[in-house]
Amino acid sequence: MSTDPPLLAVEGLSLDFRTRDGVVRALDEVSFTVRRGETVGIVGETGSGKSVTAFAIMGILAPAARVRAGRVLFGGLDLLAASEAQRLEYRGRELSMIFQNPRTALNPIRTVGRQIADVVLRHANLPRARIRDRVLETLARVQIPDPERRYQAYPFELSGGMCQRVMIALALACAPSLLIADEPTTGLDVTTQAEILDLLAELAAQSRTATLLITHDLGLVAERCDRLVVMHAGHVVESAPTRDLFAAPRHPYTARLIAATPRPRAKLGDLLPIPGSAPDLRRELPPCRYLARCERARGTCDEEPLPRTRVSSDHLVACRFPR
Amino acid sequence: MSRRLRQVRYVVGENPVTLAAFSLFLAIVVLALAGPWIAPFDPLLSDTSRALQPPSRRHWFGTDQIGRDVLSRILVATRLDLAIALSAVAISFGLGSLAGACAGFFGGWTDRIVTRVTDTIMAFPLFVLAMAIVAALGNTLANIVIATAIINLPFYARMARAEANVRREMGFVEAARLAGNGQVGVLARHVFPNCLPPMMVQASLNLGWAILNAASLSFIGLGVRPPTPEWGIMVADGAAFIVSGEWWIALFPGLALMLAVFCFNLLGDGLRDLIDPRRRT
Amino acid sequence: MTFAKLAGRRLALALPGLVGVVVVTFLLNRALPGDPAAFFAGPAATPQAIAEIRIKLGLDRSLPQQFILYVRDLARGDLGKSLTTGQSVRADLLARLPASLELTLCSLALALAVALPLGILAATRPGSWVDHAARVVTTAGVSLPIFFTGLLLVYVFYYLLGWAPAPLGRLDAFTSPPPPVIGFYLVDSALAGDGVAFRASLHQLVLPAVTLGLFAMAPIARMTRAAMLGVLASDFVRTARAAGLAPRTVLFTYALRNALLPVVTLLGMVFSFLLGANVLVEKVFAWPGVGSYALEALIASDYAPVQGFVLTMASLYVLLNLAIDILYGLIDARVRIEG
Repeated sequence: MSTDPPLLAVEGLSLDFRTRDGVVRALDEVSFTVRRGETVGIVGETGSGKSVTAFAIMGILAPAARVRAGRVLFGGLDLLAASEAQRLEYRGRELSMIFQNPRTALNPIRTVGRQIADVVLRHANLPRARIRDRVLETLARVQIPDPERRYQAYPFELSGGMCQRVMIALALACAPSLLIADEPTTGLDVTTQAEILDLLAELAAQSRTATLLITHDLGLVAERCDRLVVMHAGHVVESAPTRDLFAAPRHPYTARLIAATPRPRAKLGDLLPIPGSAPDLRRELPPCRYLARCERARGTCDEEPLPRTRVSSDHLVACRFPR
Repeated sequence: MSRRLRQVRYVVGENPVTLAAFSLFLAIVVLALAGPWIAPFDPLLSDTSRALQPPSRRHWFGTDQIGRDVLSRILVATRLDLAIALSAVAISFGLGSLAGACAGFFGGWTDRIVTRVTDTIMAFPLFVLAMAIVAALGNTLANIVIATAIINLPFYARMARAEANVRREMGFVEAARLAGNGQVGVLARHVFPNCLPPMMVQASLNLGWAILNAASLSFIGLGVRPPTPEWGIMVADGAAFIVSGEWWIALFPGLALMLAVFCFNLLGDGLRDLIDPRRRT
Repeated sequence: MTFAKLAGRRLALALPGLVGVVVVTFLLNRALPGDPAAFFAGPAATPQAIAEIRIKLGLDRSLPQQFILYVRDLARGDLGKSLTTGQSVRADLLARLPASLELTLCSLALALAVALPLGILAATRPGSWVDHAARVVTTAGVSLPIFFTGLLLVYVFYYLLGWAPAPLGRLDAFTSPPPPVIGFYLVDSALAGDGVAFRASLHQLVLPAVTLGLFAMAPIARMTRAAMLGVLASDFVRTARAAGLAPRTVLFTYALRNALLPVVTLLGMVFSFLLGANVLVEKVFAWPGVGSYALEALIASDYAPVQGFVLTMASLYVLLNLAIDILYGLIDARVRIEG
């Protein structure tokens, strides 16, 4: 645990979406940090706001999004307050992202090699003659066999796992300091999932790249993340080093999430579903958005603003009654 | 039944444009039916002393080169143009959807033949084919209808074929065989009726195009002979006079054409909202 | 797949279309009411002349034999003789085709030049005045009868404003045509350095090209807008943005190229309309192209030119579709590699 300032600091990020059905309060007071070289996992159900947070950091939110409050500090610069020109300096170079469903996330009518070359051309100050070499190097780094031939390939000619490797190559081509991986293994078969995550871990270790790993699958990240951030309905409910979180989860949602995650030697009957469902973010919401599903809830939970308690130096809980 | 009615009223109410289009459609139908009776003058009556008069209180749309009242001719032409379009679309809808449904459902040779025929039709620029058909079969009104029907066939055939294909994949044929029903029965009772709704939307849009087609053929002198009043031929008559400034002879029939086509296009869009629930907001 | 292989395969697929065209024109030919020989001989022919024509055209033979004769003549380029001009139909068509082609190409160029940017802007600036303008163009273009548009334009711009010349063909009465190279007056006059002829032919070309162009603009603008909207919301554009690519690269190299695919496919339908609407525009503007040639022949009951016209237009259409297929294959590798 270094005492350097964090690489990425999201502070009090609150954002809404304006839709035809009303205003969706997608994020409320989301805060967490990522240090250099660290791997942080963001976990939560579908709709908890994990991807939206990632998009907000990258600056690729839909036009219907409105940031109400908060800062996203990256290397000292507030990305939210910066101009688009400034953000373009960082995006793809210092800060990059990979997505789920790699097949559709790549341009179907452009060769894989040229897509990576586009990124290299844009960000790296390399003479044109050397760009192809750099692309081949990157393809080799992500362990794609026969990079020379694969350069000419189109995404539809590659398997899902290969496409994901290509996306990783695209993201890492310019040696960013932070890589955001939004559900990188969704849509891949189980063996490939493990391969991709291992690859990410290896590459991150090699170049000391910080990783923000977003997933709904707690089991996947248990082994691979230094710290975890648990999100529910647009709130960060708990954030802690992985070991501490599993050993002693303080928020009722975290506890239930862990209980619902399959582990070796657990039987199907041991798994407990989380009661209720995520609240409708278009409605009026209580200060704690887990209220309707919570067994610890009491009258004050509905009246007073949600406190963020610091349980230990690195462990935060958003609950009035943390265990 | 009342649920359907409520649905209709809801969609129509939500969408004022569709309502306007539907009212316009009704107005056109009324004019088509009542045309000859409400026309102020005899559309065929020529009075050369009153030729080429601009719109006035007596002749709201002016008179043409041999003194006929333009308004009366337009009103009476409504019936003819609508009849041509409706019969052409009815024929191509009927034949096309039947052929397409059979092709999609039975596959094999039926499919091959139907596809070959539709592909051959579509290998031609459609208006050119219509011209060729009328030129070959003879310059009559019936042949205009036939030509328009033929060039519209492929749209219906393809749609019906696709829909029937989907249902064949869904196992209707196997189910029929298991139940002991003939394939034709399944086709007639289950598959064919389900193909119809999306094609009704197509039919409405097609009506506009069929009117344009018929008018275009008349404009170049095919199908309708003078002195029969028809919008296309009236524009053709007026074309010669545009350059000398007598605009009313061509403008009003042209506007009538435009209005009718516009109405059918809007109606088609409205029908699509009604029939395809996914597009309903 | 190499270009040659792609072209070859697409050509093979286009052949049935050509065959269909030949068969249908043959059948239509023989479907003429009454005695085809009498039609081809003309209204003033003697019974002897009719009999001669009948033998010459092989109308006394069986239908399959007639078909073989027909195809043989076609292969030799013999399309018959026009009764009204007295020349071979082939010569007439060749003489008049450049006029139609120049008009069609200029209209298409105009349509693309307006509709593509309009569609792109409408998609990138939803709700703006450009978006509304695009919607107006689209709705109007679909409902307007093309001959009516032409006449309206003549009335407004020639009669009322005097900006456009009289709709009397490719050149005004005082200018002589440039020395023929390819038959396109614009090109020929430019090549000959003849500024007067160039300006005159451009002047005459404007209204008919705009009329045809408006017609083609509507579907192209609509499809471009819809395709761009779809592509801009796609996953791979999001990846391109996340990778920090320049906005211009994202818009053109990533978004537009993909959005153009359905537009290219649409061009087939657009050509079908254009080649047909050509006839109408040629009539309104007295344009001496193949369309008006066929119309004049039709009125005079001279059938060989009409048949020649239909064959020419249909073959042209098949070839254009072939070109579109090949173009599509060049842009989209999925089609090339999967065959």
